[in-house]
Amino acid sequence: MSPRTKACLAAVLALALAAFARAEVKSGDAFPSLAAAGLRGSVPDTAGKIVLVDFWASWCSPCKASFPAYAKLHADYAARGLVIVAVSSDESVPDYERFVRKLAPPFATVLDQGHKLVQQVRIPTTPTSYLVGRDGRVRFVHPGYHDDTDRELRKEIDSLLAEKN
Amino acid sequence: MKTFLRPSVLLLLAAAALLGGCTNMNLVRVQPWQRAALADYTMDPGRDPLATAGAEHIYFSRESATGGRGVGGSGCGCN
Repeated sequence: MSPRTKACLAAVLALALAAFARAEVKSGDAFPSLAAAGLRGSVPDTAGKIVLVDFWASWCSPCKASFPAYAKLHADYAARGLVIVAVSSDESVPDYERFVRKLAPPFATVLDQGHKLVQQVRIPTTPTSYLVGRDGRVRFVHPGYHDDTDRELRKEIDSLLAEKN
Repeated sequence: MKTFLRPSVLLLLAAAALLGGCTNMNLVRVQPWQRAALADYTMDPGRDPLATAGAEHIYFSRESATGGRGVGGSGCGCN
């Protein structure tokens, strides 16, 4: 194979890989700024805290199941430094407001109506939750909400709380 | 110019042109946060139990087989 053919082959492979690559936020990446995302609603202070960012929508059934469990997490860990921020990707403000009014979560809920943040993060499914360490880096990602998600989250939060500041 | 017309180079260019159609960049994908309409009740093919039972009966009578007809719920693809 000539050098020119090899170069062509390499270029084709690079293009193919670039096309298939997804800029999904994953474990180890810095989580995008919540304050700069133009979210509707009050974003709590997350500096130096362990943050659980949950992406949800009012039309998503597993999200309804996750909220009571997050309320318990909030009750158990908020005093120890966990902040939960639930980011909705609803396009309909009334749907978002109805959901929040009905479930009345004790943690912060915000609306990403323009999908700016969710497009930055590129969530793999709805819901997806990101456990972010005190340094602002994603430590654990949970696509979906399953039977064992709560148990795993508690274990991971305990491990993050045990880390030195 | 003659060099570029060699079969191997042409084959590579043709493969790139053809496979380009299979990449993420060229496909329109409904993203996980855009599935509100797909999750709507009206998108659930099993929303009318009577119609579903009728369709199942026709299918059974015609094919002598029943069941195995897709999954429940609508199309939000959650979880």
